[in-house]
Amino acid sequence: MENDMATKIAANPKYQKLVRTRSSFGWILTAIMMFVYYGYIALIAFNKESLAARLGEGVMTVGIPVGFGVIVFTILITGFYVRRANSEFDQLTREIVEEAGK
Amino acid sequence: MIGTNAKLAGGLVLALLSSVALAAGGDLGQAEKQATNWTAILMFAAFVAGTLYITKWAAAKTKSAADFYTGGGGITGFQNGLAIAGDYMSAASFLGISAAVMASGYDGLIYSIGFLVGWPVITFLMAERLRNLGKFTFADVAAYRFQQTPIRAFAASGTLVVVAFYLIAQMVGAGQLIKLLFGLEYWMAVVIVGALMMIYVLFGGMTATTWVQIIKACLLLAGASFMAFMVLLNYGFSPEALFADAVRVKTEVSAATGKTALEASTVGQAIMGPGSFIKDPISAISFGMALMFGTAGLPHILMRFFTVPDAKEARKSVFWATTWIGYFYVLTFIIGFGAIVLVSTNPTFLDAKGGLIGGSNMAAIHLANAVGGNVFLGFISAVAFATILAVVAGLTLSGASAVSHDLYATVFKKGKADSASELKVSRITTLVLGAIAVVLGIAFEKQNIAFMVSLAFAIAASANFPVLFMSVLWKDCTTRGATIGGFLGLITAVVLTVVSPSVWEVTLGNPKGSALFPYASPALFSMAAGFIGIWLFSILDNSARAKEDRAGYMAQKVRSETGIGAASASAH
Repeated sequence: MENDMATKIAANPKYQKLVRTRSSFGWILTAIMMFVYYGYIALIAFNKESLAARLGEGVMTVGIPVGFGVIVFTILITGFYVRRANSEFDQLTREIVEEAGK
Repeated sequence: MIGTNAKLAGGLVLALLSSVALAAGGDLGQAEKQATNWTAILMFAAFVAGTLYITKWAAAKTKSAADFYTGGGGITGFQNGLAIAGDYMSAASFLGISAAVMASGYDGLIYSIGFLVGWPVITFLMAERLRNLGKFTFADVAAYRFQQTPIRAFAASGTLVVVAFYLIAQMVGAGQLIKLLFGLEYWMAVVIVGALMMIYVLFGGMTATTWVQIIKACLLLAGASFMAFMVLLNYGFSPEALFADAVRVKTEVSAATGKTALEASTVGQAIMGPGSFIKDPISAISFGMALMFGTAGLPHILMRFFTVPDAKEARKSVFWATTWIGYFYVLTFIIGFGAIVLVSTNPTFLDAKGGLIGGSNMAAIHLANAVGGNVFLGFISAVAFATILAVVAGLTLSGASAVSHDLYATVFKKGKADSASELKVSRITTLVLGAIAVVLGIAFEKQNIAFMVSLAFAIAASANFPVLFMSVLWKDCTTRGATIGGFLGLITAVVLTVVSPSVWEVTLGNPKGSALFPYASPALFSMAAGFIGIWLFSILDNSARAKEDRAGYMAQKVRSETGIGAASASAH
């Protein structure tokens, strides 16, 4: 890419908005994912009993829904990002590319 | 296999799941040869025939170096997601994790979750930038604004080291598995895998490799779904009933060893909560980091981002990959519990000492027999072996690309190689890598190679990932900083692994407690070495080249965010 074209795009307010919004969205979701996973690991490392506690009369423990919850959460948070990126962010990107072509 | 991807990083397993004789991950351990299983062999032959037909079709489409590396960039996000999931769902993860669940219950779930959580992070921070900046290999991204020679040399080293450890683990796993599943000799497996893999890659390039991976992923998901369905059917689709029965079985087994009723019921209930998998928090975090960030540095996974047309499809790929992988781990958990109730109580599957015939990794295989009879057993065995084949093909392709695209075309020919000669070099490299893999696979037959997959993950997390991450996201990163920091991460990961308990004591046979590095995974420390190295040597770098590197950041960032200029990369 030509450097002056890059400079032109970098000065476009829509580009600045895209970069700002998408990057903070990505980092916030990353922080949430890290918190969930390392929180789960820390719970296992420091307080195994809480996960081994039984939920009711049967053998089911707290740990089973929590563990499966982490799996489902991982899939959902990925889908959440992809959905927003593939609609809102891609729309902004298209506008930026069009304006750069003018 | 094992190993595939990941999955089972054997060392981890050894160190962390030592109570489970699960040689899972990169390693199935030494297997006993079983009776020849003709059903399984015929089903595998059918798989091979189908994939060779696809290779013939793919070969007609593989005309240029770009076709060879990326399949022409025309694979959809959904297809690519399945292929990535296929790269990740190894025979080791299938056999190893279900065996771990059978042996220790809940710990198997903790282990598999570690392999899943890296995917969202790749999606949020890397996937679209990779697609927008890259062309054929991850070095295209890392070297975008830098001086080509040093970064390419580093990236090719990082790729080849990761691929080498992974390949050896796969080949040895293939040999052990074929003794178990087909009842054939070890060397036959290694030669069959080597030969077929060379055919797929040589003639069909990325197109054939991707389709082999997609087919195998579908077969594996279908087979595992059927098994989980049959297990749940037995219990009227009540997880509580399944778990309760598994706890009862474990309690009875424990009581039979002379424990009191109270002790036995504690042992039985223990499969429902965390056990000895996580011993100390440092190992747990370090191991988690190797899995989380190693995934984002594995060359054969990164390469898959260049097979889709644009960033949108790249994001869809990771979403589908995450979904299928997560679903697969749910299935393996159910399969492991199914094995407790249906396999460990059935004398047909047990040897004289009460262990599983063929070793602990046979849990899922015996369960296939229990729920689907001999034909389904043959099917699952064939799929397990096909899995290794598909993974090995992907690894070889990424190794060959590093040599032909990064070393030959960019460093050696200064970017002036024509497509035909580049393609020729990739094919020669494929042959050489295939031959090396066969020779090493046979040479390592009796070695304990459980550490190799975990080492590959640690290197990917400590060398490839930091360089990629910093070059894309940090303006002040320079050629010198990235190269030195990358090599620091690589060397630290290798050295700490050698002096860790799983290699120093288990593989090299030094006395217990003599290992200098006490933790299960080096990633926490070697990633720090990589990142700090890149940072330090970049800020100290005042050369003219460093100014150019920094000046190039803005154009790189604009392209990585918008994809302008990237479209041509795949529009062949």
